[in-house]
Amino acid sequence: MCLAVPAKVLELRDNQMALVDLNGTQREISLMVLDGEAAVGDFVLIHVGYAIEVIDEEEAERTLKMFEELGTLDEEDAGELSAIL
Amino acid sequence: MSIISSFRESSRAKPIIDRIHQRDTGPVSIMEFCGGHTVAIFRSGIRTVMPVHVQMISGPGCPVCVTSNGDLDRAVALAKTPGVILATYGDMLKVPGSEESLMQVKAQGYAVEIVYSTLDALALAEAHPDREIVFFAIGFETTSPAAAAAVLQARDRGLQNFSICSVMKLTIPGARALLSMGEVKVDAVIGPGHVSSIIGSDAWRFLPEEYGIPVAISGFETLDLLAATDALLRMIEAKQPDLVNTYSRIVKPGGNRKAWGAVQQVFELRAASWRGFGEIPESGLALREEFAAYDADRRFDIRVAPAPEHPACRCGEVLRGVALPPDCKVFGTACTPEHPLGPCMVSSEGSCAAYYHYQRQQR
Ligand code: SF4
Ligand code: SF4
Repeated sequence: MCLAVPAKVLELRDNQMALVDLNGTQREISLMVLDGEAAVGDFVLIHVGYAIEVIDEEEAERTLKMFEELGTLDEEDAGELSAIL
Repeated sequence: MSIISSFRESSRAKPIIDRIHQRDTGPVSIMEFCGGHTVAIFRSGIRTVMPVHVQMISGPGCPVCVTSNGDLDRAVALAKTPGVILATYGDMLKVPGSEESLMQVKAQGYAVEIVYSTLDALALAEAHPDREIVFFAIGFETTSPAAAAAVLQARDRGLQNFSICSVMKLTIPGARALLSMGEVKVDAVIGPGHVSSIIGSDAWRFLPEEYGIPVAISGFETLDLLAATDALLRMIEAKQPDLVNTYSRIVKPGGNRKAWGAVQQVFELRAASWRGFGEIPESGLALREEFAAYDADRRFDIRVAPAPEHPACRCGEVLRGVALPPDCKVFGTACTPEHPLGPCMVSSEGSCAAYYHYQRQQR
Protein backbone atom coordinates (compact mmCIF):
# COMPACT_ATOMS: atom_id res chain seq x y z
CA MET A 1 0.00 0.00 0.00
CA CYS A 2 2.82 2.50 0.62
CA LEU A 3 4.12 1.62 -2.79
CA ALA A 4 5.89 4.72 -4.02
CA VAL A 5 7.39 5.18 -7.47
CA PRO A 6 10.07 7.45 -8.91
CA ALA A 7 8.97 9.96 -11.54
CA LYS A 8 10.71 12.75 -13.41
CA VAL A 9 9.44 16.30 -13.04
CA LEU A 10 8.56 17.71 -16.49
CA GLU A 11 6.80 20.95 -15.64
CA LEU A 12 5.90 22.96 -12.55
CA ARG A 13 2.29 24.16 -12.50
CA ASP A 14 0.00 26.38 -10.42
CA ASN A 15 -1.40 25.35 -7.05
CA GLN A 16 1.71 23.37 -6.12
CA MET A 17 1.04 20.87 -8.88
CA ALA A 18 3.55 19.37 -11.30
CA LEU A 19 3.48 17.32 -14.47
CA VAL A 20 5.67 14.23 -14.16
CA ASP A 21 6.75 11.34 -16.31
CA LEU A 22 5.90 8.14 -14.53
CA ASN A 23 7.30 5.17 -16.44
CA GLY A 24 6.44 6.75 -19.76
CA THR A 25 3.01 8.10 -18.83
CA GLN A 26 2.39 11.72 -17.97
CA ARG A 27 0.54 12.53 -14.83
CA GLU A 28 -0.32 15.55 -12.74
CA ILE A 29 0.73 15.24 -9.12
CA SER A 30 0.82 17.48 -6.08
CA LEU A 31 3.95 18.92 -4.49
CA MET A 32 1.99 20.09 -1.46
CA VAL A 33 3.66 17.81 1.10
CA LEU A 34 7.13 17.82 -0.43
CA ASP A 35 9.73 19.18 1.96
CA GLY A 36 11.88 21.53 -0.08
CA GLU A 37 11.84 22.39 -3.76
CA ALA A 38 11.63 20.17 -6.80
CA ALA A 39 13.01 21.44 -10.09
CA VAL A 40 12.29 20.32 -13.64
CA GLY A 41 14.47 17.26 -14.29
CA ASP A 42 14.50 16.10 -10.67
CA PHE A 43 13.33 12.63 -9.77
CA VAL A 44 10.69 12.59 -7.07
CA LEU A 45 9.10 9.70 -5.22
CA ILE A 46 5.33 9.64 -5.77
CA HIS A 47 2.83 8.07 -3.42
CA VAL A 48 -0.95 8.24 -4.07
CA GLY A 49 -0.61 11.34 -6.23
CA TYR A 50 1.71 13.33 -3.98
CA ALA A 51 5.47 13.75 -4.24
CA ILE A 52 6.93 12.79 -0.85
CA GLU A 53 10.67 13.05 -1.49
CA VAL A 54 13.19 14.27 -4.03
CA ILE A 55 15.45 11.32 -4.78
CA ASP A 56 19.00 12.10 -3.77
CA GLU A 57 21.06 10.74 -6.68
CA GLU A 58 24.43 11.43 -5.10
CA GLU A 59 23.34 9.59 -2.00
CA ALA A 60 22.15 6.71 -4.19
CA GLU A 61 25.57 6.46 -5.78
CA ARG A 62 27.29 6.61 -2.41
CA THR A 63 25.03 3.83 -1.12
CA LEU A 64 25.79 1.63 -4.10
CA LYS A 65 29.50 2.04 -3.55
CA MET A 66 29.08 1.28 0.10
CA PHE A 67 27.18 -1.93 -0.69
CA GLU A 68 30.00 -2.95 -2.98
CA GLU A 69 32.74 -2.26 -0.50
CA LEU A 70 30.90 -3.97 2.30
CA GLY A 71 31.31 -7.21 0.41
CA THR A 72 35.08 -6.97 0.34
CA LEU A 73 36.12 -5.21 3.50
CA ASP A 74 37.11 -6.93 6.67
CA GLU A 75 34.96 -6.94 9.77
CA GLU A 76 36.08 -3.73 11.45
CA ASP A 77 35.92 -1.52 8.39
CA ALA A 78 32.51 -2.90 7.61
CA GLY A 79 31.40 -1.97 11.07
CA GLU A 80 32.49 1.61 10.60
CA LEU A 81 30.98 1.85 7.17
CA SER A 82 27.58 0.61 8.14
CA ALA A 83 27.37 3.35 10.73
CA ILE A 84 27.22 5.84 7.87
CA LEU A 85 25.22 3.70 5.46
CA MET B 1 17.03 6.52 -14.11
CA SER B 2 19.89 4.13 -14.35
CA ILE B 3 21.07 4.59 -10.81
CA ILE B 4 17.82 3.00 -9.62
CA SER B 5 18.13 -0.06 -11.81
CA SER B 6 21.66 -0.48 -10.45
CA PHE B 7 20.02 -1.57 -7.22
CA ARG B 8 18.67 -4.62 -9.06
CA GLU B 9 21.87 -5.87 -10.70
CA SER B 10 22.48 -9.41 -9.64
CA SER B 11 26.26 -9.15 -10.13
CA ARG B 12 26.29 -6.68 -7.28
CA ALA B 13 24.30 -9.04 -5.06
CA LYS B 14 26.74 -11.93 -5.02
CA PRO B 15 29.36 -10.40 -2.67
CA ILE B 16 26.65 -9.38 -0.19
CA ILE B 17 25.13 -12.86 -0.23
CA ASP B 18 28.57 -14.37 0.40
CA ARG B 19 28.98 -12.01 3.29
CA ILE B 20 25.63 -13.04 4.75
CA HIS B 21 26.72 -16.68 4.62
CA GLN B 22 29.92 -15.93 6.51
CA ARG B 23 28.15 -14.29 9.45
CA ASP B 24 28.29 -16.38 12.56
CA THR B 25 25.03 -15.64 14.35
CA GLY B 26 23.28 -18.89 15.23
CA PRO B 27 19.57 -19.19 14.39
CA VAL B 28 17.93 -15.79 13.90
CA SER B 29 14.49 -14.53 12.96
CA ILE B 30 14.36 -11.31 10.99
CA MET B 31 10.97 -9.65 10.78
CA GLU B 32 9.92 -7.24 8.06
CA PHE B 33 7.08 -4.99 9.16
CA CYS B 34 6.26 -3.82 5.69
CA GLY B 35 4.08 -5.75 3.27
CA GLY B 36 5.94 -4.08 0.41
CA HIS B 37 9.07 -5.77 1.72
CA THR B 38 7.25 -9.11 2.02
CA VAL B 39 6.47 -8.97 -1.69
CA ALA B 40 9.94 -7.69 -2.65
CA ILE B 41 11.60 -10.47 -0.63
CA PHE B 42 9.50 -13.11 -2.38
CA ARG B 43 9.85 -11.60 -5.83
CA SER B 44 13.62 -11.30 -5.61
CA GLY B 45 14.00 -14.84 -4.31
CA ILE B 46 16.00 -13.64 -1.30
CA ARG B 47 14.52 -16.36 0.90
CA THR B 48 16.03 -19.03 -1.34
CA VAL B 49 19.57 -17.68 -0.96
CA MET B 50 19.48 -17.25 2.81
CA PRO B 51 21.45 -19.63 5.03
CA VAL B 52 19.14 -22.12 6.78
CA HIS B 53 19.67 -20.49 10.16
CA VAL B 54 18.26 -17.16 8.94
CA GLN B 55 14.48 -17.06 8.99
CA MET B 56 12.54 -14.21 7.42
CA ILE B 57 9.12 -13.59 8.97
CA SER B 58 6.41 -11.12 8.08
CA GLY B 59 4.73 -8.77 10.49
CA PRO B 60 1.63 -6.57 10.50
CA GLY B 61 2.88 -4.50 7.57
CA CYS B 62 -0.13 -3.78 5.48
CA PRO B 63 -2.86 -1.30 6.38
CA VAL B 64 -5.41 -3.22 4.32
CA CYS B 65 -4.71 -6.39 6.27
CA VAL B 66 -4.89 -4.84 9.73
CA THR B 67 -8.19 -3.04 9.06
CA SER B 68 -10.73 -4.65 11.37
CA ASN B 69 -14.06 -6.05 10.24
CA GLY B 70 -15.83 -3.44 12.38
CA ASP B 71 -14.15 -0.61 10.46
CA LEU B 72 -14.96 -2.30 7.15
CA ASP B 73 -18.58 -2.61 8.18
CA ARG B 74 -18.61 1.12 8.87
CA ALA B 75 -17.38 1.80 5.34
CA VAL B 76 -20.12 -0.46 3.99
CA ALA B 77 -22.75 1.38 6.07
CA LEU B 78 -21.44 4.75 4.84
CA ALA B 79 -21.59 3.58 1.22
CA LYS B 80 -25.26 2.65 1.76
CA THR B 81 -26.14 6.03 3.27
CA PRO B 82 -28.42 7.99 0.91
CA GLY B 83 -26.62 10.78 -0.94
CA VAL B 84 -23.15 9.45 -0.19
CA ILE B 85 -20.46 8.56 -2.69
CA LEU B 86 -17.81 6.52 -0.91
CA ALA B 87 -14.34 6.98 -2.40
CA THR B 88 -11.42 4.76 -1.45
CA TYR B 89 -8.17 3.27 -2.72
CA GLY B 90 -8.61 0.16 -4.85
CA ASP B 91 -6.78 -2.06 -2.37
CA MET B 92 -9.75 -1.97 -0.04
CA LEU B 93 -12.51 -3.03 -2.40
CA LYS B 94 -12.37 -6.81 -2.26
CA VAL B 95 -11.73 -7.13 1.46
CA PRO B 96 -14.65 -8.99 3.02
CA GLY B 97 -16.30 -7.26 5.98
CA SER B 98 -18.40 -9.35 8.34
CA GLU B 99 -21.26 -9.49 5.79
CA GLU B 100 -19.97 -8.12 2.51
CA SER B 101 -17.17 -6.28 0.77
CA LEU B 102 -17.32 -2.80 -0.77
CA MET B 103 -17.11 -4.50 -4.17
CA GLN B 104 -20.33 -6.38 -3.43
CA VAL B 105 -21.93 -3.17 -2.21
CA LYS B 106 -20.92 -1.46 -5.46
CA ALA B 107 -22.38 -4.33 -7.46
CA GLN B 108 -25.70 -3.71 -5.70
CA GLY B 109 -25.70 -0.23 -7.25
CA TYR B 110 -24.38 1.88 -4.40
CA ALA B 111 -21.89 4.60 -5.22
CA VAL B 112 -18.40 3.30 -4.42
CA GLU B 113 -15.62 4.96 -6.39
CA ILE B 114 -12.02 3.79 -6.60
CA VAL B 115 -9.61 6.68 -6.50
CA TYR B 116 -5.89 6.69 -7.12
CA SER B 117 -5.37 9.78 -4.99
CA THR B 118 -7.23 12.05 -2.60
CA LEU B 119 -6.89 14.61 -5.41
CA ASP B 120 -9.42 12.52 -7.36
CA ALA B 121 -11.73 12.42 -4.33
CA LEU B 122 -11.63 16.22 -4.15
CA ALA B 123 -12.41 16.38 -7.88
CA LEU B 124 -15.43 14.13 -7.26
CA ALA B 125 -16.64 16.52 -4.57
CA GLU B 126 -16.36 19.44 -6.99
CA ALA B 127 -18.11 17.55 -9.78
CA HIS B 128 -21.01 16.42 -7.55
CA PRO B 129 -22.00 19.35 -5.33
CA ASP B 130 -25.34 17.66 -4.60
CA ARG B 131 -23.70 14.53 -3.15
CA GLU B 132 -21.65 13.84 -0.04
CA ILE B 133 -18.18 12.52 -0.88
CA VAL B 134 -16.78 10.41 1.94
CA PHE B 135 -13.18 9.31 1.56
CA PHE B 136 -12.54 6.05 3.42
CA ALA B 137 -8.93 6.63 4.45
CA ILE B 138 -6.74 3.65 5.16
CA GLY B 139 -3.00 3.72 5.39
CA PHE B 140 0.04 4.09 7.55
CA GLU B 141 2.28 7.13 8.01
CA THR B 142 3.23 7.11 4.31
CA THR B 143 -0.33 7.58 3.15
CA SER B 144 -1.56 9.94 5.86
CA PRO B 145 -0.07 13.17 4.39
CA ALA B 146 -2.28 12.72 1.30
CA ALA B 147 -5.36 12.61 3.57
CA ALA B 148 -4.19 15.64 5.55
CA ALA B 149 -3.49 17.53 2.32
CA ALA B 150 -7.01 16.72 1.08
CA VAL B 151 -8.61 18.18 4.21
CA LEU B 152 -6.50 21.33 3.96
CA GLN B 153 -7.37 21.73 0.28
CA ALA B 154 -11.08 21.12 0.95
CA ARG B 155 -10.98 23.90 3.52
CA ASP B 156 -9.12 26.29 1.23
CA ARG B 157 -11.55 25.64 -1.61
CA GLY B 158 -14.57 25.91 0.68
CA LEU B 159 -15.82 22.42 -0.18
CA GLN B 160 -18.82 21.59 2.01
CA ASN B 161 -19.50 18.07 0.76
CA PHE B 162 -16.18 16.36 1.45
CA SER B 163 -15.32 14.35 4.54
CA ILE B 164 -12.98 11.63 5.68
CA CYS B 165 -13.65 8.40 7.53
CA SER B 166 -10.23 7.75 9.00
CA VAL B 167 -9.05 4.27 9.92
CA MET B 168 -5.42 5.28 9.41
CA LYS B 169 -2.89 3.76 11.75
CA LEU B 170 0.66 4.28 12.93
CA THR B 171 3.28 1.58 12.59
CA ILE B 172 5.32 2.40 15.68
CA PRO B 173 2.58 1.67 18.26
CA GLY B 174 1.76 -1.43 16.18
CA ALA B 175 5.37 -2.61 16.35
CA ARG B 176 5.50 -1.94 20.07
CA ALA B 177 2.30 -3.90 20.63
CA LEU B 178 3.66 -6.85 18.70
CA LEU B 179 6.97 -6.92 20.55
CA SER B 180 5.36 -6.41 23.95
CA MET B 181 3.13 -9.44 23.38
CA GLY B 182 6.29 -11.53 23.23
CA GLU B 183 4.59 -14.32 21.25
CA VAL B 184 7.12 -14.35 18.48
CA LYS B 185 10.90 -14.29 18.64
CA VAL B 186 12.20 -11.28 16.74
CA ASP B 187 16.00 -10.90 16.65
CA ALA B 188 16.14 -8.10 14.13
CA VAL B 189 13.81 -5.84 12.18
CA ILE B 190 13.83 -4.61 8.59
CA GLY B 191 12.33 -1.15 8.98
CA PRO B 192 9.75 0.13 6.48
CA GLY B 193 11.29 2.43 3.86
CA HIS B 194 8.43 4.64 2.85
CA VAL B 195 6.90 4.92 6.31
CA SER B 196 10.33 6.10 7.45
CA SER B 197 10.58 8.65 4.63
CA ILE B 198 7.75 10.46 6.42
CA ILE B 199 8.55 9.93 10.10
CA GLY B 200 12.34 9.63 9.77
CA SER B 201 14.72 6.79 10.51
CA ASP B 202 15.29 8.12 14.03
CA ALA B 203 11.72 7.14 14.91
CA TRP B 204 12.94 3.52 15.04
CA ARG B 205 15.75 4.10 17.55
CA PHE B 206 13.53 2.71 20.28
CA LEU B 207 14.08 -0.78 18.87
CA PRO B 208 17.79 -1.02 19.73
CA GLU B 209 17.51 1.31 22.72
CA GLU B 210 14.48 -0.18 24.48
CA TYR B 211 14.23 -3.70 23.10
CA GLY B 212 17.88 -4.41 22.23
CA ILE B 213 16.77 -5.29 18.67
CA PRO B 214 18.84 -4.08 15.70
CA VAL B 215 16.91 -2.35 12.92
CA ALA B 216 17.87 -1.62 9.32
CA ILE B 217 15.70 0.75 7.29
CA SER B 218 15.55 -0.64 3.79
CA GLY B 219 14.41 0.24 0.30
CA PHE B 220 12.57 -2.18 -1.94
CA GLU B 221 15.24 -3.32 -4.39
CA THR B 222 17.09 -6.59 -4.05
CA LEU B 223 20.37 -4.93 -3.08
CA ASP B 224 18.68 -2.77 -0.46
CA LEU B 225 17.16 -5.80 1.22
CA LEU B 226 20.34 -7.85 1.05
CA ALA B 227 22.44 -5.00 2.45
CA ALA B 228 19.89 -4.44 5.22
CA THR B 229 19.90 -8.15 6.08
CA ASP B 230 23.68 -8.20 6.14
CA ALA B 231 23.80 -5.12 8.37
CA LEU B 232 21.37 -6.80 10.79
CA LEU B 233 23.37 -10.01 10.93
CA ARG B 234 26.52 -8.01 11.52
CA MET B 235 24.95 -6.23 14.46
CA ILE B 236 23.69 -9.51 15.90
CA GLU B 237 27.11 -11.07 15.44
CA ALA B 238 28.78 -8.14 17.20
CA LYS B 239 26.03 -8.06 19.86
CA GLN B 240 25.69 -4.35 19.15
CA PRO B 241 22.10 -3.55 18.33
CA ASP B 242 21.83 -0.21 16.52
CA LEU B 243 20.00 1.57 13.74
CA VAL B 244 21.27 1.43 10.16
CA ASN B 245 19.68 3.26 7.25
CA THR B 246 20.41 1.58 3.92
CA TYR B 247 17.78 3.74 2.18
CA SER B 248 19.43 7.12 2.73
CA ARG B 249 18.72 8.20 -0.85
CA ILE B 250 15.11 8.62 0.33
CA VAL B 251 14.99 8.43 4.11
CA LYS B 252 16.37 11.24 6.27
CA PRO B 253 16.92 10.92 10.02
CA GLY B 254 14.13 13.43 10.71
CA GLY B 255 11.83 12.40 7.85
CA ASN B 256 9.67 14.72 5.79
CA ARG B 257 8.77 17.42 8.30
CA LYS B 258 6.37 19.18 5.98
CA ALA B 259 4.30 16.07 5.31
CA TRP B 260 4.33 14.92 8.91
CA GLY B 261 3.56 18.49 10.01
CA ALA B 262 0.42 18.49 7.83
CA VAL B 263 -0.66 15.20 9.39
CA GLN B 264 -0.20 16.60 12.88
CA GLN B 265 -2.04 19.77 11.98
CA VAL B 266 -5.13 17.88 10.83
CA PHE B 267 -5.12 14.71 12.93
CA GLU B 268 -4.69 13.67 16.53
CA LEU B 269 -4.03 10.29 18.07
CA ARG B 270 -6.77 7.95 19.16
CA ALA B 271 -7.11 4.26 19.92
CA ALA B 272 -7.53 2.09 16.83
CA SER B 273 -8.64 -1.48 16.43
CA TRP B 274 -6.21 -3.72 14.54
CA ARG B 275 -7.07 -7.09 13.10
CA GLY B 276 -5.19 -9.67 15.13
CA PHE B 277 -4.28 -7.24 17.89
CA GLY B 278 -7.50 -5.66 19.08
CA GLU B 279 -7.47 -2.11 20.30
CA ILE B 280 -4.07 -0.41 20.53
CA PRO B 281 -4.04 2.93 22.38
CA GLU B 282 -2.86 6.04 20.49
CA SER B 283 -2.27 4.06 17.32
CA GLY B 284 -4.88 5.67 15.07
CA LEU B 285 -5.38 9.07 13.44
CA ALA B 286 -8.62 10.99 14.02
CA LEU B 287 -9.54 14.47 12.74
CA ARG B 288 -8.97 17.25 15.26
CA GLU B 289 -11.93 19.25 16.57
CA GLU B 290 -10.88 22.16 14.36
CA PHE B 291 -11.56 20.01 11.31
CA ALA B 292 -14.79 18.44 12.60
CA ALA B 293 -16.63 19.62 9.47
CA TYR B 294 -14.52 17.18 7.42
CA ASP B 295 -14.94 14.25 9.78
CA ALA B 296 -17.36 11.63 8.45
CA ASP B 297 -17.60 10.08 11.93
CA ARG B 298 -19.07 13.35 13.19
CA ARG B 299 -21.19 14.11 10.13
CA PHE B 300 -22.87 10.74 9.86
CA ASP B 301 -24.24 8.77 12.73
CA ILE B 302 -23.01 5.32 11.76
CA ARG B 303 -23.28 2.51 14.26
CA VAL B 304 -22.37 -1.05 13.49
CA ALA B 305 -22.72 -4.17 15.58
CA PRO B 306 -19.52 -5.77 16.93
CA ALA B 307 -18.14 -7.70 14.02
CA PRO B 308 -16.91 -11.28 14.09
CA GLU B 309 -14.07 -12.39 11.81
CA HIS B 310 -14.35 -15.45 9.58
CA PRO B 311 -14.02 -18.46 11.93
CA ALA B 312 -11.49 -20.30 9.77
CA CYS B 313 -9.34 -17.27 8.96
CA ARG B 314 -6.03 -17.06 10.80
CA CYS B 315 -5.06 -13.62 9.47
CA GLY B 316 -4.72 -12.37 13.03
CA GLU B 317 -2.01 -14.90 13.79
CA VAL B 318 -0.37 -14.39 10.40
CA LEU B 319 -0.18 -10.65 11.09
CA ARG B 320 1.39 -11.26 14.48
CA GLY B 321 3.98 -13.52 12.87
CA VAL B 322 2.95 -16.58 14.92
CA ALA B 323 1.40 -18.53 12.03
CA LEU B 324 2.48 -18.84 8.41
CA PRO B 325 -0.18 -18.67 5.70
CA PRO B 326 0.09 -22.41 4.89
CA ASP B 327 -0.77 -23.13 8.54
CA CYS B 328 -4.28 -21.91 7.75
CA LYS B 329 -6.64 -24.82 6.91
CA VAL B 330 -8.34 -22.97 4.07
CA PHE B 331 -5.17 -21.48 2.52
CA GLY B 332 -5.19 -22.13 -1.21
CA THR B 333 -8.39 -24.18 -1.02
CA ALA B 334 -11.42 -22.23 0.19
CA CYS B 335 -9.32 -19.07 0.39
CA THR B 336 -7.60 -17.87 -2.80
CA PRO B 337 -6.98 -14.42 -4.31
CA GLU B 338 -10.14 -14.91 -6.43
CA HIS B 339 -12.25 -15.88 -3.40
CA PRO B 340 -10.50 -14.40 -0.39
CA LEU B 341 -11.85 -15.15 3.06
CA GLY B 342 -9.46 -12.80 4.81
CA PRO B 343 -7.71 -9.55 3.92
CA CYS B 344 -4.23 -11.10 3.91
CA MET B 345 -5.28 -12.91 0.73
CA VAL B 346 -6.80 -9.80 -0.88
CA SER B 347 -4.13 -7.21 -0.49
CA SER B 348 -1.36 -7.53 -3.03
CA GLU B 349 1.00 -7.03 -0.09
CA GLY B 350 -0.80 -9.46 2.19
CA SER B 351 1.29 -12.36 3.44
CA CYS B 352 -1.21 -14.98 2.27
CA ALA B 353 -1.36 -13.52 -1.24
CA ALA B 354 2.45 -13.30 -1.40
CA TYR B 355 2.78 -16.93 -0.29
CA TYR B 356 0.08 -17.99 -2.73
CA HIS B 357 1.77 -16.32 -5.70
CA TYR B 358 5.40 -17.06 -4.97
CA GLN B 359 5.79 -19.92 -2.57
CA ARG B 360 4.95 -22.63 -5.10
CA GLN B 361 7.92 -21.60 -7.23
CA GLN B 362 10.23 -21.39 -4.29
CA ARG B 363 9.69 -24.39 -2.02
S1 SF4 C 1 1.48 -0.08 3.49
FE1 SF4 C 1 3.58 0.58 3.55
S2 SF4 C 1 4.40 -0.35 5.34
FE2 SF4 C 1 2.61 -1.33 4.68
S3 SF4 C 1 3.01 -2.90 3.44
FE3 SF4 C 1 2.65 -1.29 2.19
S4 SF4 C 1 4.58 -0.36 1.82
FE4 SF4 C 1 4.77 -1.52 3.57
S1 SF4 D 1 -5.39 -18.16 3.96
FE1 SF4 D 1 -7.16 -16.84 3.87
S2 SF4 D 1 -8.40 -17.43 5.58
FE2 SF4 D 1 -6.35 -18.22 5.95
S3 SF4 D 1 -5.30 -16.67 7.13
FE3 SF4 D 1 -4.88 -16.24 5.01
S4 SF4 D 1 -6.45 -14.82 4.35
FE4 SF4 D 1 -7.11 -15.72 6.28
